[in-house]
Amino acid sequence: MNKEIVCITCPRGCIMKVTQEKDDLGKISFQVTGNFCKKGETFAINELTSPMRTICSTVKTDFKDVPVLPCRVSADIPKDKIFDVMAEINKVVITEKIKRNDIIIKNVLGLGVDVICTSDMLN
Amino acid sequence: MVKTDVLVIGGGPAGLAAAISAKKEGADVILVEREARLGGILKQCIHDGFGLVRYGEKLSGPEYAERFIGEFLELKIKAKLLTFVTSIEKNDKGFKAALVSKEGIEEVQTKSLILATGCRERTSKQVFIHGTRPAGIFTAGTAQHFTNLLGQLPTKRCVILGSGDIGLIMARRLTLEGAKVLGVYEVKPTPSGLTRNIHQCLYDFDIPLYLSHTVTRVFGDDRLTAVEVVKVDEKMQVISGTEEIVECDALILSVGLIPENEIAEDLDVEIDPKTKGPKCDTHLMTSVPGIFSCGNALHVSDLVDYVSESGETAGKYAAHFALQFQDADNKNISSYTGVLGDGKLVDIEIGDNILYFVPQSLNLETDLSSVIVYFRSKDVFDNSKLKIKVDGKVVFEKKYAFLRPPEMEKLKLDFASFGITDKSLILAEVEVGVSE
Repeated sequence: MNKEIVCITCPRGCIMKVTQEKDDLGKISFQVTGNFCKKGETFAINELTSPMRTICSTVKTDFKDVPVLPCRVSADIPKDKIFDVMAEINKVVITEKIKRNDIIIKNVLGLGVDVICTSDMLN
Repeated sequence: MVKTDVLVIGGGPAGLAAAISAKKEGADVILVEREARLGGILKQCIHDGFGLVRYGEKLSGPEYAERFIGEFLELKIKAKLLTFVTSIEKNDKGFKAALVSKEGIEEVQTKSLILATGCRERTSKQVFIHGTRPAGIFTAGTAQHFTNLLGQLPTKRCVILGSGDIGLIMARRLTLEGAKVLGVYEVKPTPSGLTRNIHQCLYDFDIPLYLSHTVTRVFGDDRLTAVEVVKVDEKMQVISGTEEIVECDALILSVGLIPENEIAEDLDVEIDPKTKGPKCDTHLMTSVPGIFSCGNALHVSDLVDYVSESGETAGKYAAHFALQFQDADNKNISSYTGVLGDGKLVDIEIGDNILYFVPQSLNLETDLSSVIVYFRSKDVFDNSKLKIKVDGKVVFEKKYAFLRPPEMEKLKLDFASFGITDKSLILAEVEVGVSE
């Protein structure tokens, strides 16, 4: 199998080729070319095995001057969970002043990552 | 009247970095910002990817801005928020700025001036779309302001014209919030935004990208109901018979950014028609001694890291410029030529395949051994070579596997080693079709 993948890890956006190989014992390995750094290789292999993404969004607040507060997930989540996590984020209403890096949703959907606040705007 | 060494106009990433850097050099600094909060456009750029070059981390816009705001506050730099500049004039002590805020009108006398006024989005008026004038036509930045700062979704079903980065980011953002993005239409045969954004913002969400397509008409009375999209040929002329009507409630424009330089123009600062920002030397001083430019006002950057970097350069040298006059309050600054403006400037001409090159000139009386330069190619090129020539002789070259206009290139050059004199002809060009 041969696949072209664009790395989204940094703005360089390397265009990589990934070849999947199976040896006699059925063990799968990947050959990545076109990547400028090691992160590209990791990204390319993940893309074929378990693609991960980050989400940045906003949560509602009760504060008149700051109707929404920016937030993100503390680490990458599986790509197919993006809209499930968005639904969780959109249930939240912030009623107390929180700070940057404060946890908004702990261990969202049991994925092992938190939704955290990314601004000190309320302070 | 308030007096200061350095006056910074704009409290976005460029202005913040400039103010911090000028303060650290020992100058008195005042920063003027028209909005209620510091941070500029980063406040609404809630997506991540900022700071990779600078911090090696993927920060969101607010996180990146707040690192600088934190340092700015720690250094106790004076900021005037919700304050507008109404006029700036040159006088024999430097520059006099008239500011207006809730408190009224105030005048500030400064020795040097940093213009960190950012850029503006091109609007629908500048891309000539025919039809009625319904609500629902926004720039991508306006849609971003509604969504990320006001918490109001401006569309349920939209078309995006232009493949600039903010448009791509908004395609993803609106999709995440439940809107349907029907497609991104780009008049050019290649995308304007970063390749990674085409992938992570469009392809991840199955949003189609239509290259060599544009929007020609809009329909609707109170609110937009549909747009007409067409294919264009290589000369970007509409191919008749390819018209298609797409029903939507919003048209979002991501059709380019233009440096904001009204204040610079009023002060007779020379503007480079290529960058649409002030022509600068390696200290980022403009053609008017004492006026410095940085960030997106200087040239539109694709990474905020470079915006901050240029802010730091401008801040440092604006401070040096001002501090020369520290003990000479009566010295006439306007007649000062000193290190600059005495004919020792040598321009860097741009040759084949280069869209622009910053800085545009070298001041031979300054240290040129480690100069940060930025350039963009005119087109998408594989295997090309940047060449710097002095009087026809190649003094520097660097190979690039890919050059793409949306992706600005940065490098550090030792111009001091190139044997440049005030009679030298300096040329920067890109040679294409170089074998590997």
